Formats: sequence, structure tokens, C-alpha cells
Amino acid sequence: MIVLARAALAVALVTVPLWLPSSYHLHVLIMAGIFVILASSLNLLLGYTGLLSLGHAAFFGIGAYTSALLALKLDWSFWLALPAAAILAGLAGWAIGRLALKLRGAYFVLVTISFAGVISLISTNWMDLTNGPLGLPGVPAPELGPWSLRTKTAYYYLVLAAAAVAYLVCARLVRSRIGRAFLALRENEPLAESVGVDSTHYLVLATVVSAAMAGVAGSLYAHYTRFISPEVFLFSYTVTMVIMVVAGGKGTLAGPVVGAVLFTILPEALREATSWQWQMLAYGVLLVLLVFFLPRGIVPGLQRLRARRAP
Amino acid sequence: MEQILQHLINGLVLGGTYALLGIGLTLIFGLMNVVNFAHGEFYTLGAYTAFAALALAGAGFFVAIAGAIVVGAVLGALCERLLLRPLRGESIDTTMLVMIGVWIAMQNAELLGWGGVAKTIPHPFPTAPFTVGPLSVAPLRVFVFVSALALIAAAHLLIQRTRLGCAMRATFQDRDTAALMGVRIDRIHTATFAFGSALAAAAGALLGPVFLVYPSMGDLASLKAFSVVILGGLGNLAGATLGGLVLGVAEELGAGYVSSGYRDAVGFVIIILVLLFRPSGLFARAERIG
Repeated sequence: MIVLARAALAVALVTVPLWLPSSYHLHVLIMAGIFVILASSLNLLLGYTGLLSLGHAAFFGIGAYTSALLALKLDWSFWLALPAAAILAGLAGWAIGRLALKLRGAYFVLVTISFAGVISLISTNWMDLTNGPLGLPGVPAPELGPWSLRTKTAYYYLVLAAAAVAYLVCARLVRSRIGRAFLALRENEPLAESVGVDSTHYLVLATVVSAAMAGVAGSLYAHYTRFISPEVFLFSYTVTMVIMVVAGGKGTLAGPVVGAVLFTILPEALREATSWQWQMLAYGVLLVLLVFFLPRGIVPGLQRLRARRAP
Repeated sequence: MEQILQHLINGLVLGGTYALLGIGLTLIFGLMNVVNFAHGEFYTLGAYTAFAALALAGAGFFVAIAGAIVVGAVLGALCERLLLRPLRGESIDTTMLVMIGVWIAMQNAELLGWGGVAKTIPHPFPTAPFTVGPLSVAPLRVFVFVSALALIAAAHLLIQRTRLGCAMRATFQDRDTAALMGVRIDRIHTATFAFGSALAAAAGALLGPVFLVYPSMGDLASLKAFSVVILGGLGNLAGATLGGLVLGVAEELGAGYVSSGYRDAVGFVIIILVLLFRPSGLFARAERIG
């Protein structure tokens, strides 16, 4: 059964551009793919180590700006700019991880918010480098040999591949010795340290990997929309990621994927039904309801339902 | 020298309202352990209530400000009763997410109700500034500063001198023991949230006439309030008061001498530095309320 379902899902994912009615729907799917990477990266921190970063948009934005600037100013190809974006975002993650070592809970949250705030203000004010609030237009589309990945269909496959890689990286990491160390730290840090888990080492590692993945998503976003502005640092991006992870189910591999797809499609569907102000209002109310009725998220909720049915 | 004095005056005026915001948040944060991201929305609510009372209902200026405080308190109490009380005992992440939801919903409800165009709140004060030598300050700003100080003093009296304040301090120090001594924790939480929200609404109603009123004005207010709380130490009222004034002056000096574009960065840098070097706040010996 499960094998069949998985095969059907894989076939559906690969053939989607062939049977979707319009390129607008494909655009929504591409954004969903980018958010799958972002939500998975946030889930590494929030779900597995228990650290809530509310500055995740900073890593996304750093990735986007690094990639866009390298491509625009130094004519780097996308295939070099993408890893560079991951490395720079990862470095920023390392800095935050090192700085925030001693902080937990609400204090860690506030440091990450502040970090994102400072980065966002720099992107607005450093006119020479970032062109300020006017943004950077004309980020080139990636090229693969003789082909340009300018079309939505081609970009869909690129994002699909990247999201699959991100998922596999998370899966490998979480199921390894490292992932077990993350969980041990989340559940009981003093106990984990007493049996030799180096909390500094593992928490910094989690922040670096998470930030680098968010940087990759930023690079993919920049070369897809081909225009970026300080809006990539908007706090609402971070909030969206958190909603996706928590609604989908933090600390599960499938949770962020489900959350990202659902919460990319949902606002678009609401947009068709109502005006945009109502859409955001509904978004807020929905978040409150979700926390009330599915506090652990959709995926764990479904798992519990299945466990109850098959005793 | 004159320039520094002028910056100091402007900073103190701004800092008074930051302190109001911070005191409300530090009470909620310290006593209820709720990271209240909707705090800035109560600030916005206060500003819009004052605007509605003045421009639509034709109330007087001072009545409008008092009305804003009452509306803030009532909505705060409702919010605690309906959303936070059922989630008592859940993790801090859960309540924080609910408050993020409240924040998004309130902000967009305001956008829907009032539109995105910024509003100005009329006020009865003369626009000609008071001048002392080379320094000048608008009468409205003096009123804002004095009112903020009066409200802060009232908050201190409430916490230190009343039975309710005593119960709040007891709850902050040890919730279980306080409950055993007959303090009704549910009521204390509702009162705390209502009180904190009322202070935020007051800050909004006071600053509304100084600046413009628009739906997203609460976002920065929330962040400033968090900076003040961090600066003063969690649950420390005196710290939040001083922290507000320090932040106001620091911002004004930063905007004056570094670059006005980085004015709002001052708060962020303060949060990072204080958390790294003095996590219990600049003025705290120990974390406590009062």
C-alpha cells in the first residue's frame, strides 16, 4: 500500500507540469518547493534541537543577496553562486550559533530576531552594494549547458531536485548519530551533556546546516523571481516558515513538507475566494485555530489517528 | 553641546512611551511567561481608538486617550480569557504562536477596517514650541512625556501598594506557593494581561498625535518593547522604566550622530549586546518584579 502510494506521489510530482492547467499553478508549486527547503531547514533547529530561530529570513535573504550579487556584479554562474550562497549563509549561522550558545528559550528567539533586523536594515541602507530599497533587478536565470532554465517547467524540476536533496540531507542527518544527539539535547540538555554529548558542538552544527539550507532556498528564489529587494528579509517570511513547521508537525521529516505545500497553496486559494486583506486575516485566525486543535501538527495528528484505528 | 542637549530632550520624550510599552510587556513576559508578539497591536489599537473617538465620535482629546486605555484593557482581558487561559501549561512556543496569530489577525483587521492610508490625530496643543535658549520642544511632546511618567508612576503604585499588586508579585516569585496562599492565579493572569495591554494602548494613544497612525505601526513598537524588556531585565519594572529612557536617548543619539537610516538598528544591537554580556539586564541584581 505505502509503496504504491509513494510511487503514485513520485509519478505525480514528476509529471505535474504536463497536466497542470496554467503556469500560475506551476508558479505556486515552485514557491511551495522553495518553502519546503526553508521549512525543512527551520525544522532542523526548531523540531530537532528545540531552538526557535525567528531570524530565519535573514539566512534566506543572505543567500538571495549573495547569489544575486555574485551573478550580477562578478558574472558568476548560478552553479557557483548557489554554493557560495550556502556557504555565506552557513557562516552567518555559525556566528549566530556561537554567539547565542548560552541563550535558550525566549532569549535565543530575541537574538535571532535582532540579528535579522540588523541585516535587513543593512540591506536597506547600504546603497552602494545592495541598491537599497530599490532592489536588484535582472538576476540572470540559471543555465545548464546550452539550455537556459528560464521557463517555469525547467525551474520546477530544478526546485524539485533541490527540495528532494534537502529532504534527504535532513533524513540522513536526523537518523544518524548526530540526529540522536540533537534529540537528546532537546529532551534534556544537562542529562545529554552528562553522557558526553557536546552541546556547543551539536547546536552550532545544527545552526550552520539549517542556515546553509535556507541560503540555498534564497539563491533559488533570487534566480527564479530574478528581482530581489530588502523584502526578502520581511519578518512575515519567518512567520510563514514557523507556521509551516508547527502546523505540519515539528520534529517529523514529513511535517514541514506537508506544512510548506499546504500553506503555500492555502493563501493562494483564499486569494481566489476573497480579497487579500481577508486572506491575511483568515491566515491569522487559522494559525490560532491550528494551535488550539492540532497543537502538535498535522502529521503527528494523522499518525495518532492511524495508530488508534489499528490497535 | 546644544545639539546633544536637544537630542537628549527628544530621546527622553520618546523614551517615556518606550518605557510604557516595556512595562506592559515585562509584566506579561515575566509573570505569565508569554512572549507577547501582539503587544504592538495593542499599541496600534490604542492609537486607532483615540482616532475613532476624536474624529468620528467627536469626543474630547483627553476622553479619547482614556477611552483608548479602557478599550485596551477590555480587549486584553478578553484575549487572555479566551486564548491564553486554555493554553496554560503548554510550552512557551505554543502560546507564542497563538500570539503571532493574534498579531496577524489584529493587524489585518485594522487594515480592513481603516485602510492602509496613514491617519493623523488632531490635538488641542499649540504647535509653537517652548524654547529655552537654543533648545525647543513642542507642547504636545511635553504632554506626552508627563502623561507617560504619570502612568508609569501609577503602575509602580499599583504593583507596590495594592493587594492586586502584592498578589502579582507573589505569583511572579512562586506561582504554586501563591496559589496555596489563596491567590487566584487565573484572575491575576487576566488582570496582568489587561493591565499590560492597557499600558500599550495608552502609549499608542499618546504617540498617535505625534506621529502618524497606520496598521503596521505596531511592528516596530513590539520590537522596541522587547528591547526595553531585555535592557531592563525580565519582570523588572524599574529596569523597564530606565531601559525605555535609555533606548529613547540611544536611538536619538544614533540617528543624530551615526545615520538616521540605522535609528531602528540601535534597539536590535542593544538586544544582542545585552543578552551576550548581561543576560539578566543592565539594572538587575536578580530577576524579580517590582
